[in-house]
Amino acid sequence: MLRDITLGQYFPGESFIHKLDPRVKILATFIFIIELFLISEFIQYIWVVLFLVLVITASKVPLKFMLKGLRPLMIIILLTFGINIFMTKGEILWSLGPLNITREGLHQAIFMGSRLILLIIGSSVLTLTTKPIKLTDGIEKLLNPFKKIGVPAHELAMMMTIALRFIPTLLEETDKIMKAQMARGADFESGNLFKRAKSLIPLLVPLFISAFRRADELAMAMEARCYRGGENRTRMYEIVFHKRDFVASTVTLSVLALIVYQRFFYY
Amino acid sequence: MSHIIEIKDLTFEYKREEDGKSVKALSGVNLNIEKGSFTAVIGHNGSGKSTLAKNMNALLLPSGGKVYVKGYDTADESKLWDVRQAAGMVFQNPDNQLVSAIVEDDIAFGPENLGIASDEIIRRVKGSLEAVGMYEYRKKAPHLLSGGQKQRIAIAGVIAMRPECIIFDEPTAMLDPHGRKEVMDTIRKLNKEEGITIILITHFMEEAALADRVIVIDDGDIAIDGTPKDVFVQVEKLRRIGLEVPIITDLAYRLRKQGIDVPIDIITAEEMVNYLCQ
Amino acid sequence: MSVKVENVTHIYHEQMPYETIALDKVNAEIENGEFVGIIGHTGSGKSTLIQHLNGLLKPKSGKIYINGVDITEKRIKTVEIRQKIGLVFQYPEYQLFEETVFKDIAFGPSNLGLPQSEIEERVYNAISLVGLDYDEVKDKSPFDLSGGQKRRVAIAGVIAMKPEVLILDEPTAGLDPRGHMEILNMIKKMHKIEKNSVILVSHNMGDIAELSDKIIVMEKGKIVLTGSPGEVFKNADYIENIGLGLPPAMILMRMLKQKGKNVDTDILKIDQAEKQILELLRSK
Repeated sequence: MLRDITLGQYFPGESFIHKLDPRVKILATFIFIIELFLISEFIQYIWVVLFLVLVITASKVPLKFMLKGLRPLMIIILLTFGINIFMTKGEILWSLGPLNITREGLHQAIFMGSRLILLIIGSSVLTLTTKPIKLTDGIEKLLNPFKKIGVPAHELAMMMTIALRFIPTLLEETDKIMKAQMARGADFESGNLFKRAKSLIPLLVPLFISAFRRADELAMAMEARCYRGGENRTRMYEIVFHKRDFVASTVTLSVLALIVYQRFFYY
Repeated sequence: MSHIIEIKDLTFEYKREEDGKSVKALSGVNLNIEKGSFTAVIGHNGSGKSTLAKNMNALLLPSGGKVYVKGYDTADESKLWDVRQAAGMVFQNPDNQLVSAIVEDDIAFGPENLGIASDEIIRRVKGSLEAVGMYEYRKKAPHLLSGGQKQRIAIAGVIAMRPECIIFDEPTAMLDPHGRKEVMDTIRKLNKEEGITIILITHFMEEAALADRVIVIDDGDIAIDGTPKDVFVQVEKLRRIGLEVPIITDLAYRLRKQGIDVPIDIITAEEMVNYLCQ
Repeated sequence: MSVKVENVTHIYHEQMPYETIALDKVNAEIENGEFVGIIGHTGSGKSTLIQHLNGLLKPKSGKIYINGVDITEKRIKTVEIRQKIGLVFQYPEYQLFEETVFKDIAFGPSNLGLPQSEIEERVYNAISLVGLDYDEVKDKSPFDLSGGQKRRVAIAGVIAMKPEVLILDEPTAGLDPRGHMEILNMIKKMHKIEKNSVILVSHNMGDIAELSDKIIVMEKGKIVLTGSPGEVFKNADYIENIGLGLPPAMILMRMLKQKGKNVDTDILKIDQAEKQILELLRSK
């Protein structure tokens, strides 16, 4: 199950999209999401779908891989679909007991469902084509201007880097401790909610202790390697704004302009 | 010969958590480490050897006495980064010292902290990974590597900072025999080929026997200091302070007790065979 | 208590690109009261095998019999298996979680649903079996103990379940020489008193040769050698070929043989080596 989540995974490659400046990709993803919420008519989806098709083709990440990312989130998509289809009032097409499907409901459900699917695919393009380290670098650079008002840009990025590094380690550790307690007869699976919550103590206490120990040792190891925060720090790969980033930005902004124009002046 | 590390009357006290009492982990240690040498430090758990190591690169500061690294006083705050750059440190748990989810980015962490230019970092990352024989793994995630490989990555991360001296705090304790050999081969290579001064804290007497000099720490002070042969002949004293000798030394010791005139300074199987085949 | 493993196969990440066969039709037998050593390098399938023995992992195919009862069957209660087969993982001190040593060791017996008086007796016995002082440690927090003591308490937590088969995975990993020796002596002593079967997984060939009645050698998910230490280490060249070490005494004897000395290369223990060398010198 955990393995199936492609959202947040990186798909190695050397495509145009992979090589883009992470700042451009992060901002483009934001713009893409804003666009989805600006859209008020079905027909306008054409622009974002075309844009997405263009990006996915250029990224050379197999579509199958992208769609796999939808699977774990299917429940949320179906829920959105279900709520909209049954909860919208209007011209009744079909009814089953207290449940009515209306023309407006059907329209709304498909409209909202499409938005959600596009949203998930759109944001997974970002993580699939951007190395985690580049992503955190990009976020740090984008947040830098806000340092003056107290946003700890470097620290946030460092936290993300460390989290990405330690999540697999802690998952493995959870599995190990769970097995060790099960060998002592611990039962994590049966009983009511209260009993189950209580049965987690033998898992959570060692896990927290170990996480703190790791944090302690890591902090010491980082100090030993001369870590002193973001001041005067350089980067192995400095982010550089290339011509391709200019092209990508132009295309993204054009789509945005088109949708904004249609939204406020056309429909 | 010049000394890369000089320790004068080092004492280190800390407050014990349970009762708030002051405990002396080190009491009046005097020690000089020669440039380019390979020194092993042995001692049982709680003898103070780890505390000593952490005093060598300013992770801990002396309560009394002085520690100089490359001539810099570790207590001098303005020289802190020079001290830590000159004396790198590799820790026991390979998992808890890697920062990044990608090998090459982890190696770059130290040089990035030192503010080194990007093209120089790229060069150093490549060189360091090649020095530990891990270059082909540069794009991998550390959690997919074996313990020995992770530890070599940690070593590469330290050598990318171009230290003159590396302090290893039980680097092989959590590894299997294969990983242990990988790491020990790497350490010896760095000493012989790159001329890096090595201080190796270990529980494995066979590893200590590979050093030029062995220091035995007991009860916060140096108990024995000498070549491996000088140290391991003192079988009874070592046992009294909770340590062992290499197995072959133990065998030689037993034979002597049987009245055989085995040289007292036999450490390796080769030496034993040579003696028996004279 | 006898354990019989029959044709057990286990596959990790089945049908995924990184599918690995961790156990490949493994057959093994452990007799009542036997001390069995398992060797093999990391990834050879040792850990997977021992986790099958107490039902933490289920085989893809094959059967595991404990005293003639197949534990792979669905109707078998896992708690019953875990009571009979105790498993001490590597670095067991990382599973300590209670406020006091007593409570932590009592965790296993309590899960078995034993009466309080029985639990207390078991905790008392377990603490003295691992060589700690009951009155001194029972009310202490396990986190205030030294590394070696923590490990003993963790092992006691499994011993208190009175398993008929005790499995230990690298019980001395990361300890200093004295701690290493103390834990080994403790295991030896406990085996003598409890007369249970012990399975010891270790990379230390000296320890394995010294302690085991039987040795199982694993390589790439298969058992490649099994038998008494003498029988197994007869295949010294093969063992070295698959990247495993030999007991130090044996290495020395093999080197002497190479130099043309008339010594027995089947020697496994250091005191046997001592005898051999004495004979060799006296015959000069």
